[in-house]
Amino acid sequence: MIENKKTEHKPPWLVILNRFSGNKMGMMGTVLILCLILVAIFAPLLEPYSYKEQNIELISAPPSSNHLLGTDDFGRDLLSRTIRGARISFVVGVLSVAISVVIGIVIGCIAGFYGGVIDLVLTTIADLTWSMPAILIALLFVAIIGSGLESVVVAIGLSYWAQYARLVRGQILSLKNAVFIEATKSMGASDFVILFKHLLPNSISPVIVAATIGIGNAIVLEATLGFLGMGAQPPTPSWGAMMSNGTAYLFIAPWMIIFPGLAMMITVLGFNLFGDALIDIMDVKNKESS
Amino acid sequence: MGKILEVKDLSVSFDVRGGLLLRSIGTVKAVDNISFSINKGEILGVVGESGCGKSTVARLVLRLIEPDNGSVWFNKTDILKLSKKEIRQQRRHMQMVFQDPYSAMDPRYTIFRSLCEPFQIQGVKLKKEALRKKVDGLLELVGLNSEHGFSYPHELSGGQKQRADIARALALSPQFIILDEPTAALDVSVQAQIIKLLEDIRERLNLTFLFISHDLSLVSYFCHRVIVMYLGRIVEIISADLIGETPYHPYTKALIDSIFETVPGQTKQTAPLEGEVPSPFNIPPGCSFVSRCNCAKAICREQTPALEKTPDGGQIACHFPLRTLK
Amino acid sequence: MTFLKVSDLKVEFQVDKKTITPIENISFEMNEGEVLGMVGETGSGKSLTAHAIIGLSSLVGGKIGGSVQFGEQDLLMISDHDMQSIRGSQIAFIPQNPMTSLDPVYKVGDQIVEGLYKHTKISKRKAKQRVIELMGRLRIPKPDRVFQQYPHQLSGGLKQRIVIAMGLCNNPRLLIADEPTTALDVTVQAQIMTLFKELAEERGIGLFLITHDLGVIAQVCDKVVVMYAGNMVEFGDIKIVFNTPSHPYTKALLGCIPHIGMKKGTLSAIDGNVPSVGTYPSGCRYHPRCPYAFEPCKKRIPELIRKEGETQVACHLFQEIKD
Repeated sequence: MIENKKTEHKPPWLVILNRFSGNKMGMMGTVLILCLILVAIFAPLLEPYSYKEQNIELISAPPSSNHLLGTDDFGRDLLSRTIRGARISFVVGVLSVAISVVIGIVIGCIAGFYGGVIDLVLTTIADLTWSMPAILIALLFVAIIGSGLESVVVAIGLSYWAQYARLVRGQILSLKNAVFIEATKSMGASDFVILFKHLLPNSISPVIVAATIGIGNAIVLEATLGFLGMGAQPPTPSWGAMMSNGTAYLFIAPWMIIFPGLAMMITVLGFNLFGDALIDIMDVKNKESS
Repeated sequence: MGKILEVKDLSVSFDVRGGLLLRSIGTVKAVDNISFSINKGEILGVVGESGCGKSTVARLVLRLIEPDNGSVWFNKTDILKLSKKEIRQQRRHMQMVFQDPYSAMDPRYTIFRSLCEPFQIQGVKLKKEALRKKVDGLLELVGLNSEHGFSYPHELSGGQKQRADIARALALSPQFIILDEPTAALDVSVQAQIIKLLEDIRERLNLTFLFISHDLSLVSYFCHRVIVMYLGRIVEIISADLIGETPYHPYTKALIDSIFETVPGQTKQTAPLEGEVPSPFNIPPGCSFVSRCNCAKAICREQTPALEKTPDGGQIACHFPLRTLK
Repeated sequence: MTFLKVSDLKVEFQVDKKTITPIENISFEMNEGEVLGMVGETGSGKSLTAHAIIGLSSLVGGKIGGSVQFGEQDLLMISDHDMQSIRGSQIAFIPQNPMTSLDPVYKVGDQIVEGLYKHTKISKRKAKQRVIELMGRLRIPKPDRVFQQYPHQLSGGLKQRIVIAMGLCNNPRLLIADEPTTALDVTVQAQIMTLFKELAEERGIGLFLITHDLGVIAQVCDKVVVMYAGNMVEFGDIKIVFNTPSHPYTKALLGCIPHIGMKKGTLSAIDGNVPSVGTYPSGCRYHPRCPYAFEPCKKRIPELIRKEGETQVACHLFQEIKD
């Protein structure tokens, strides 16, 4: 308790962060994510060759001292392309989740706060979206707005919002009747103040957790779309497109699929470990405070 | 010594919805024709068990819930007739301290920030320094220090959180405070601290309290008069001094009999009250207590007893009160 | 033969390389047919003590010291398997909050019968009969109908009686009830407590009642253990301890309780807060709040001294007298 110590006062999010550093899986996930971010940012400096540079003499060459990961069917250095692919995956992942989260928060807030018929309608729409496989929704949007990287980002963003809406709605519903909300109302606060200063900030944490895992899902979805030829167009080195390209060479030059695949796997693993660790810690915090 | 609050014929029902299309599956009359008044400087207690409507009454008085009918006069203003904007201004004068200290503050705000909020909401413009001073003053008033102000709710004990909640209620210098089970979640020794604090600030700041609790011993100690509620209705209003010896209503007597005294070996003369509080859905006509009353007669099932005055200045709603009304 | 004798019970945990002792110095005894109350506020360690006695999982990672003599066996020495067979048959435990003790997807009657099957070989029909009789004895109205109902269809008081029935169905010798009425209305609490007392007398079982409610203890119990911050501070006959409390904490605690007819403004309080686990003061854990504290209180944890009339007190004031 407070009596004798002049300690720092930790806001709830800092308490979670402190606990996080003790979680080995979470730290590993963080390291992996940081690696991805660094590779994505410094891609032009890291790649030994330009990702576009073709070398006709070294088509589908196996890994060697000059090309550590080998080359693809256009003689392009696989290492450089894989590195550049990190940038694409990162950008697509973050941007599309950002879109989903914003849509989800807006819809979740409206549904949770106003309730009644509005809630019923919005929840039904969310449930319908939720029950359709994301790949189908994404394909639908890409078919409408055309393929390419920007379209992919928007399409993925529009496919995944339902879960964030549900999370926010759920939190708002349970907090709506919390004592401190009632207290704020009894002080004379308007609906606006209650929603934006109290309900929303307290509803963000599960969204953050879902979003980190969501980035992993978005990256996989982008790769899937790329695999189907819907995503970034050549020569842009999306990991999915690279893998799609490499299927024809599976037995001749397997490195064309393996290395982009590994890169993607490690990236998604990183996000999942991070997100899982957050979930574990939040659970502990909930159990402790009861 | 005028009346600070006067409540007349207040009622509210809630529709309970369920099923696929949220159809109405029943109505609960949470509060049924409640009338009472509080004098300035008085502590009025409201006591009753689950479903009696005491917390609902609190929220109706503050107009956090809209009643179906009735009137609430605060300082000669009918607050039910005020506009949304006017009611927000009126909120400065009537505040509430809540039951659950564990969720009474936004967990993401420091206590200091939570205490600043009433001023911000009511548009009280204060310079940073002045605001800081005011909040420190509030903290001191409730026995906390500025170190507590820098803390987050999860760092404080239950008692400390409750003190902070009281400080927040006092921020806008209200005249009237409703306390809804303020000590129910606290240990006995902490409850005693909070009660003493409340005694102290009431005297210092000349406040009027409406004190809601399920603990009859606490209410009879702390309050001047006591309202006893059962299933949404008032069954008795009695002066706290007289509760121990002379209640008029069988339910009040049952509540007294279910108290376990801390002096060992007090064998109870009467067996405990049978049954439980019945479901609040579709309460049948007649006295709401009839299903558990030992002296119920035919008329009790047919006619709802009205509140009548007792010679001691209280009120009673019963066809066969335990003591004569003459 | 002892019925239940707890000696020097202690629980230790290692947290972040520090040793924390949430409970320590717990010694008391109980006879058959007696009602023993354990009273204390939040952080007093009463639930933990009950869990330690019956070996429940909340103590994973902790070391339990001392001995818990139940009849011929020391419960802390026997294997998990043996403990499991004792739990439910000889010792029944009624946990806090009946709402969460019942599985919402099974009928309540079936849940009681399940408890019966675990420890007794009995036919389905006979089991149901026994359970319905027991429910009737617990004054559950229309027991054959309630048998078929689900927990959400029952009121709080009824659910609590079902949970009690689950505890009693195997005729245990010792019944441990942890805050059995906290979530119930006061009139229902009175019913349940009267029921407990009758059951104890009628069946000759020992009842170990854990609660923070001093009034309940005073009326229902024969003996009482007073706990503070994980230590036992006083133990003895209820009439002696509550009418003439020895330990300053017991005295102060009794003074905190409002009564009908008490003069306004005469309620006393205890200054300060209960120390949380891991931040206990040196010496007597109560000394920072005790008006009688003197030198030895800061240095040494007081031992349990036996006074006249079998009361035990852990307080240096009495050590002085003894010396």
